[in-house]
Amino acid sequence: MKKVVGARLKRKEDPKLITGNGYFSDDIQLPGMLHAAILRSPHAHAMIKSINVEEALKAPGVVAIYTGKDLEGKIGPVPSSWLVPGCNLKEAPQYPLAIDRVRYVGDGVALVIAEGRYAVRDAMYLIDVEYETLSPAVGQKQSMQIDAPLVHDDIENNIAFHWKAGEIPEEVCENAEVAIRQSFYIQRVAPSPIETRAAIGQYNPGSGELTLWCTSQNPHIHRMVLSGVLGISEAKLRVIAPDMGGGFGGKIGVYPDEALVGYAARDLGRPVKWIEERNEHFTASNYGRDEVLDVELFGKRDGTLGAIRVKNTHNVGAYLSTMGPGVSTIDFGLMVTGCYKIPYASCETFGVYTNTTPTDAYRGAGKPEATYQIERAIDLFAKEIGMDPIELRRKNFVQKEEFPFTNAQGLLYDSGDYEKPLAKALEMLDYNKFRETQKELRKQGKLIGIGFSTYVELCGFGPSKVAGAIGFQGGVWENATVRVHPSGKVTVYSGTSPHGQGHATTFGQVVAEKLGLPMDDIELVFGDTKAISMGWGTYGSRSVAVGGTAVSIATDRVIEKAKKIAAHELEAPVEDLVFEKGIFSVKGAQGFERTFQEIAKSANMAWNLPEGLEPSLEAQSFFDPENFVYPFGAHIAVVEVDKETGQIEVKRYVAVDDVGRVINPLTAEGQVHGGIAQGIGQALWEGAVYNEEGQLLTGTFMDYALPKARFFPEIETAFTETLSPVNPLGAKGIGETGTTASTPAIMNAVMDALEPYGIKDIEMPLTPEKVWRAISESEGK
Amino acid sequence: MAIENVNVKVKINGKERCAKVEPRTLLTHYIRDDLGLTGTHIGCDTSQCGACSVMVDGEVVKSCTVLAVQADGSEITTVEGLGDVNNLHPIQQGFWEKHGLQCGYCTPGVMMAMVGLLKQNPDPSDEEIREGLEGVICRCTGYQFIVEAVKHAAQIMRESEVQLVGEER
Ligand code: FES
Ligand code: FES
Repeated sequence: MKKVVGARLKRKEDPKLITGNGYFSDDIQLPGMLHAAILRSPHAHAMIKSINVEEALKAPGVVAIYTGKDLEGKIGPVPSSWLVPGCNLKEAPQYPLAIDRVRYVGDGVALVIAEGRYAVRDAMYLIDVEYETLSPAVGQKQSMQIDAPLVHDDIENNIAFHWKAGEIPEEVCENAEVAIRQSFYIQRVAPSPIETRAAIGQYNPGSGELTLWCTSQNPHIHRMVLSGVLGISEAKLRVIAPDMGGGFGGKIGVYPDEALVGYAARDLGRPVKWIEERNEHFTASNYGRDEVLDVELFGKRDGTLGAIRVKNTHNVGAYLSTMGPGVSTIDFGLMVTGCYKIPYASCETFGVYTNTTPTDAYRGAGKPEATYQIERAIDLFAKEIGMDPIELRRKNFVQKEEFPFTNAQGLLYDSGDYEKPLAKALEMLDYNKFRETQKELRKQGKLIGIGFSTYVELCGFGPSKVAGAIGFQGGVWENATVRVHPSGKVTVYSGTSPHGQGHATTFGQVVAEKLGLPMDDIELVFGDTKAISMGWGTYGSRSVAVGGTAVSIATDRVIEKAKKIAAHELEAPVEDLVFEKGIFSVKGAQGFERTFQEIAKSANMAWNLPEGLEPSLEAQSFFDPENFVYPFGAHIAVVEVDKETGQIEVKRYVAVDDVGRVINPLTAEGQVHGGIAQGIGQALWEGAVYNEEGQLLTGTFMDYALPKARFFPEIETAFTETLSPVNPLGAKGIGETGTTASTPAIMNAVMDALEPYGIKDIEMPLTPEKVWRAISESEGK
Repeated sequence: MAIENVNVKVKINGKERCAKVEPRTLLTHYIRDDLGLTGTHIGCDTSQCGACSVMVDGEVVKSCTVLAVQADGSEITTVEGLGDVNNLHPIQQGFWEKHGLQCGYCTPGVMMAMVGLLKQNPDPSDEEIREGLEGVICRCTGYQFIVEAVKHAAQIMRESEVQLVGEER
């Protein structure tokens, strides 16, 4: 039989999506449904003197208006879910609506409920809020200064947390032959799913059940947190993530908005729908990154790296988001050595409150930043000692035979062969020839550059024990149920919650291969807390490695039980049963067979089961991995810089990733492409900008540059397969590799192109203006 | 000062439909909320993303930038009118076959825009497709498989001379 796992199958989820039959949040229409709008602060920092809703209440169709004061004591603050220990973390309460003070442009001030999409906005604009503005804290470094305005009065110097990991003996730094010191700013970027956030609440006053459809990457986390915020039993709160137009981390967070919608639906006894507008999204939805990295890389002239010391100053925004505190500490600080055998490392992270929208996880969350600084620093190191950047990398790679490998910060890399993807990428690019061509072109005055990024990533969240130790307010095991119907058709329930990744297909492939069934016989169910007992959602490249493994184990359990029934019917010992291609047969006894469908029927009818065996054919698995998984790879970018305009063109992009077992190369490539586009976006175009007043200057797609199709060359991809020993699938993670690897690859390429000018760094994004200025300034020197 | 609602009548996906709406109603909301055709999506409020693209009288239009009243009397095609699961339009086949979508949210609008492109240029190069995608944003795919999807669709269409949607249908 053809292998199903590893096959390039087109996706199960597509027919409905390409025919307009998806079911996204805004498609939900319920009888008597009202619309909600949230009035948001136009100021970065201000006291609310008064809120006058009189006019607004008279507007046609208005049903209710709530302010922060109205809700005081009725709904609780929305907590962060990552309380990193040992860092003096100070969490300021985030009430669903500001009570007397607004702390960022976009902070919720009033909730308006009305009949109709337009009526609710008309009314919202009639609310009269009197503010007394305060000086805002903007920019993390400035906000830590003694005289900076305080975002929360009782949090000194705006420091939300101060975390440290790793020690470097003083002499290692002091005696180093080479020390590279460089600061990088990983600018604030917007995850920007094309579908904004949304929530629809429906309350049944008879049963007391509240159903909340919302754009969540992790509906069970939403249920857990919101049941606390709203004071409702988890058993009475059903959270459903319908089809979702992307997430990229921006829909992990439990936001005040979902709580407000749930509250209003319950309070009014009518369904309430809230759809975020795009400009609202730019002020009210969590951003990613916004970290200043001060990096010191120490080593010898021969290229031996000795230590890396990093300080990360992380702008957390006005409140701690759901995952925010973990990003710049655990996810970043433990990965600062990248794929290199650097004996010593230390990381010190300051989380700093500012009067800006909170930051949270964005595709990669901490790992792209960690990769960025080491990959950029290693290039600077190579330049300094006059070594080829590839040679320096190879010299310091963790070697194949050294796995499992404990990095300087104590993480255990599961498996790896870092040379393999690098060799393949160099071959795809034809590196030696490239260097020749580059010389030629340079002679002609063309600025061509090549950049490398060899990365390793921490994925597959994760061992729950570790999650507990690092302060994550949840387990991160995963759950799957495989239910076989009497006909032999199968429904699989998973606690992951895909929103574009294609799990129905990849998980389906795992089940189809094991059960010998056609893909069409397998349906997947995700994202409904009533259908799925528990689960932790989709983020951190965990779905296949953890969720897929749970599916795989549950399927094995189904087979195990089915075998007992087949053995009983065929009157043979279970040990002699073979299950292949959907048929149970007895070893050495031709013709003694049962189909999977026959056994499914027998199990469900239970007319004749072996003694002591329970009816039905269904199995569940709760899989808690013993370790994370560590995908890796090598990306190479070739760019050309136009010295007259500063414009950068990406000429070639080669990506070789090793994500362990690839279940479906087609969707895997899709993940890689999408991730790379976002990572290049960070390097070249994207960036959220606040002015000194804390006003957001990039609040629409006109000012915030999302990449377009013509910005990219054709991306050349390939995979190598180094299986992970952590799970039976051998899978690692793929969703975040592209964003992790591509940003430094592009930056290194541009810096290589600008080598003739002696330019060492330019702050991202590399807009033509910045590049042009850097060139002009260096020419002026 | 209540403004009278107006009756807007269109021929959409081959069917005559009408609904009374506020004069300020955007075409996209008319299609989605009043006619119940929710395949057309909304991704922004400044006409950038193209998720809302539909065909109005054979032209690709961002339905969030037009009032429903402006479309009164016109012929509209939305994603629902391209083809159904058993009879997919070549562009839908291309997107499915070549993995031109991930979350699928931008997809209906992108497909409509590409149907428009293929009408003008039945055999576009990669570069022409990428330029043709200027009016849409996809955050998931990095566009590469969208380009593949469009090429695949173009090939099917050339081979089978499938009629394009729009006024011809
Ligand atoms: S919704 Fe029409 S262009 Fe974005
Ligand atoms: S497929 Fe998700 S935005 Fe295009």
